[in-house]
Amino acid sequence: MSAMELTDAKDVTLPSATTTAVAQAAADAATAVSGRTGALSVRNVEASYSGVAAVRVTNLDMAPRKITAIIGPSGCGKTTLIRTLNRMHEVTPGARVTGRVELDGHDLYGTNVDRVRVRRLIGMVFQRPNPFPTMSIFENVAAGVRLGGIKKTEPLADTVERSLRHAALWDEVKDRLKKRATSLSGGQQQRLCIARALAVDPRVLLMDEPCSALDPIATARIEDLMSRLKDDVTIVIVTHNMQQASRVSDSTAFFLMSDDGAGYLVEAGPTQQIFSAPRERLTEDYVSGRFG
Amino acid sequence: MMAAIPALGQQPVDDGTGALLLHRSGHERRRMLVNRVATITATLAATAVILALGIIILFVVVNGLPYVDEQFLTMDTENYNQGGALAAILGSLQMVPLATLIAAPIAILGGVYLAESRPGRMSGAVRMATETLAGLPSVVVGIFVFTILVAPTGKYTALAGSVALAVIMIPIVARSTEEIIRLVPASVREAALALGIPVWKTMLRVVVRTAMAGILAALMLAVARAAGETAPLILTTTGNQQVNVGNFLGSMDSLPTFIWLASGQPDDLLNGQAWAASLVLMVFVLITNIIVRGRTAGRRRAH
Repeated sequence: MSAMELTDAKDVTLPSATTTAVAQAAADAATAVSGRTGALSVRNVEASYSGVAAVRVTNLDMAPRKITAIIGPSGCGKTTLIRTLNRMHEVTPGARVTGRVELDGHDLYGTNVDRVRVRRLIGMVFQRPNPFPTMSIFENVAAGVRLGGIKKTEPLADTVERSLRHAALWDEVKDRLKKRATSLSGGQQQRLCIARALAVDPRVLLMDEPCSALDPIATARIEDLMSRLKDDVTIVIVTHNMQQASRVSDSTAFFLMSDDGAGYLVEAGPTQQIFSAPRERLTEDYVSGRFG
Repeated sequence: MMAAIPALGQQPVDDGTGALLLHRSGHERRRMLVNRVATITATLAATAVILALGIIILFVVVNGLPYVDEQFLTMDTENYNQGGALAAILGSLQMVPLATLIAAPIAILGGVYLAESRPGRMSGAVRMATETLAGLPSVVVGIFVFTILVAPTGKYTALAGSVALAVIMIPIVARSTEEIIRLVPASVREAALALGIPVWKTMLRVVVRTAMAGILAALMLAVARAAGETAPLILTTTGNQQVNVGNFLGSMDSLPTFIWLASGQPDDLLNGQAWAASLVLMVFVLITNIIVRGRTAGRRRAH
């Protein structure tokens, strides 16, 4: 990735779109094009609302094409942190971020960095499925490409199909692409939102409690999907559900609220270690269900 | 004071003999009476609303329908007492759509601005302007447009009429648009921004699109209102009783001004035709409302 990709140039072309027909043929492997790693690191970040700090992180790395789970009790700044990773935090009036968030070595908060571009490289799935209500299934998946003005060599229909297949939704919706997205079930809507995010070829997919509004079967499908998606994208998932974190993630970061109300990182490491042999006493208490 | 309020579970529930107090006492009987009186009053008031509309429709249909004939629908008003309302019907059918075309983009974008801008001096000024404009008597709008478009050229024009109607439509649509856009869930906006869609496209192609059904409904209400406006048209475009199709720099007749002129003549045919024109105008408004209701209901069902 070149530094240019984040800054504001006239023509928006994502890496996989610039690749030739050779890479097109192996569309599913296209995201593995060299240089597309998707490593995120957080350095001395403080995110605040109207001057009140909500979360502070000195050092946190999220390995490329792995699943990192962010866990912790309510109010510990998990959601705030994940929203700083694709510059969605600052959408809230009065919200500010200081420090560095690096994607493959490039600071997302650097001067001249365009946040719209950041969001194209780092997609997001929200707590409640939020498909565009007046758009069809097809239009929902196509929205990022169409409205983002992204130029792709492949036909839009192919992008939509590939994204829906990726999100394990294609077989269920291929005969009704023109139907409203809101006609789908909650679990299907959430997978549609994942397909929509994948359609712009992000390097990282942020998931903010993506299963909290879903039933256990739909949750299982999303978890299954995540473990397949990590071949292509780095996944960062915020979850309240510790079983979910231990099932799906490769590494886990545990957050707590400090005395001044801001969340802080207690411990981060391989998921197995965090759940079986945490270094910190607080972590052990939390993962064993003693509080929170 | 505190002691006067019995704690939960402390209200008397038996009469001391162990029998539960479930029967109506004087207090409960009074409550039921008040209840019944309130229900009846509200129902009567609601009936009065329907009755008012019903009587108007009845009068217009009874008095107007006999005059909706070939002469009324196919002739212009050129010869006194021997014409019809064709010029007026076609005039309204041209000036109102043109007014809508002028008003819609300004009003919708203005509404978007009001909904999206953070509270500040500019948005406060815009909001006050729309509110004042909405409360302005339509005759004042007519005088204003007369002063800027008719007086300098010395000509009544359909264009001036449309502009006057547009000025009346803009605040109605802008304020409704603002309210409807505020109702679009924040999650829709967030979804679009998180996809890397620029802010302006998020607004115009996602948020406004989501609110479109409601905006169209507001637009149609404004159309209905504009279609019935008389004063601004008297001041900007009356005078032509011949059919004028397409020449917006000439004057046009319109249904409201036709009603106004014909109803004031000492002539039975013209008075009847005024009723007939009222009927046509009412049907126009009714049709627009039905179309909008059909469209918005369809959208709501799809959700």
